[in-house]
Amino acid sequence: MDARYQRRKFVNGLSTALSGIAVAIGVAGLVWILATLFIKGLPAMNWAFFTESTPAPGSEGGGMANAIVGSLLIVGLTTVVSTPIGILAGIYLAEFGDRSRVASITRFVTDIMLSAPSIVIGLFVYALFVTTTKHFSGWTGSVALSLIAVPVVVRTTENMLKLVPGSLREAAFALGMPRWRVSLDVCLRAVQGGVITGILLAVARIAGETAPLLFTALNNQFFTWNMNEPMANLPVTIFNFAMSPYENWQNLAWGASALIAILVLLLNVLARVVFQSRSKS
Amino acid sequence: MSEFLSDQGINAALKVRNLDFYYGDFKGLKSVSMDIAEKKVTAFIGPSGCGKSTLLRTFNRMYDLYPGQRAEGEIIFHGANTLDKGYDLNLLRARVGMVFQKPTPFPMSIYENIAFGVRLYENLSRADMDNRVQWALEQAALWTEVKDKLHQSGLSLSGGQQQRLCIARGVAVKPDVLLLDEPTSALDPISTAKIEELVFELKSSYTIAIVTHNMQQAARVSDYTAYMYLGELMEFGVTDELFMKPKRKETEDYITGRFG
Repeated sequence: MDARYQRRKFVNGLSTALSGIAVAIGVAGLVWILATLFIKGLPAMNWAFFTESTPAPGSEGGGMANAIVGSLLIVGLTTVVSTPIGILAGIYLAEFGDRSRVASITRFVTDIMLSAPSIVIGLFVYALFVTTTKHFSGWTGSVALSLIAVPVVVRTTENMLKLVPGSLREAAFALGMPRWRVSLDVCLRAVQGGVITGILLAVARIAGETAPLLFTALNNQFFTWNMNEPMANLPVTIFNFAMSPYENWQNLAWGASALIAILVLLLNVLARVVFQSRSKS
Repeated sequence: MSEFLSDQGINAALKVRNLDFYYGDFKGLKSVSMDIAEKKVTAFIGPSGCGKSTLLRTFNRMYDLYPGQRAEGEIIFHGANTLDKGYDLNLLRARVGMVFQKPTPFPMSIYENIAFGVRLYENLSRADMDNRVQWALEQAALWTEVKDKLHQSGLSLSGGQQQRLCIARGVAVKPDVLLLDEPTSALDPISTAKIEELVFELKSSYTIAIVTHNMQQAARVSDYTAYMYLGELMEFGVTDELFMKPKRKETEDYITGRFG
């Protein structure tokens, strides 16, 4: 009896220690990455960083204004396009399609899209739009990112709607509410916090995607609002500048990396805050 | 059971005739025939799985939401068979309201919880809507408790208050029939008493059908009682008579607690 108890205490201590070590390794890696980003990136984030466009190779100064605006435009458009598509598809899967053939095929394709390598999606859009229109553009960048964002929104919306208790749905139907209103006004409303969280996480995910933009929006040395032209954006600029031999470019790449990390971090925090406040009400 | 209430000169809000109900292959109701008297309370009692909730859910065709569930027979409401294929379900459900076992407030304000259903069928001015909301909350004996917080979330209320909010929501659309599916089984005794009083008040304006596991509750609130067992309507009659001198041995066993 005593020996068994001692053994149990030992195993308990051992597993606590092991999981503690595992957490420490994970957190240490994260802290290391963030610390390096901030130490190298924050000094680069001066006034010019936000107001001037990318400098010519080898020259001093300059900033990321063109890439920041490009990223905002491309990601913004992607969000505007993929949010309604994703939510509506999610509603269809959870509320209307259910076990139908169309729904199960959609679900299957969505799952494949979720795990598809982003470079494949970039190549696909390149082959489909860039080669046919004969030039790179901000639009095609948004198309590629939408293909990544939509499945995320579809899946979170569907999963959240699945959590709506059947009794709430029945109560809405019992008032003589037509089906579409039950879905939109009652069910979707009941899980809006979760759906908004899904959208924010999708935005966070695409904000840092590089590969799809490499083949679509490409890059642009100059500042532009025109999405018909190739467009500078943070991930691709980081990719180019970090690999360059110029110290000024490398510093700007660190600054841009830190900026993306901060934005994604903020989006995640925002997602948590929204989820908690909305799921209480 | 040969005589229906409607044959005795009592107005029937719903006439059920030879109703069979199937969950897939399983027969949940076996040839049920009865009348639900207008502006009276009809209670359904019986052991779990006897089909009383199933029967209630045929009255507003709630079962229609689930593939594989179907009903055969007739339920006559305002002269038409509600089980007919083309019957307008939304209209049926607007006239036959339902309150469930667990409170199900919508994720919106107390005011909106009630106004929402009304807006589906009526276009009221702001003032009229305010009046309607107040009227419904008064009917559900909830007005004094919530009149200062109409714009708070319906989910912020206590369980008993939420259930009365659901009753107010059902009453607000002015249905003919109100179906109550074990409305007090998730509530404490005080809330239960309030809802029972409410049922008593409401029957002057509405036809009420209530499913309950609590026999004292059936005896207290209802005018007619139906005892069901294994999908069959075993005995149906005036509540006092059914409880004082049941005609069948099975009914007596159940209400005296020897069975079920």
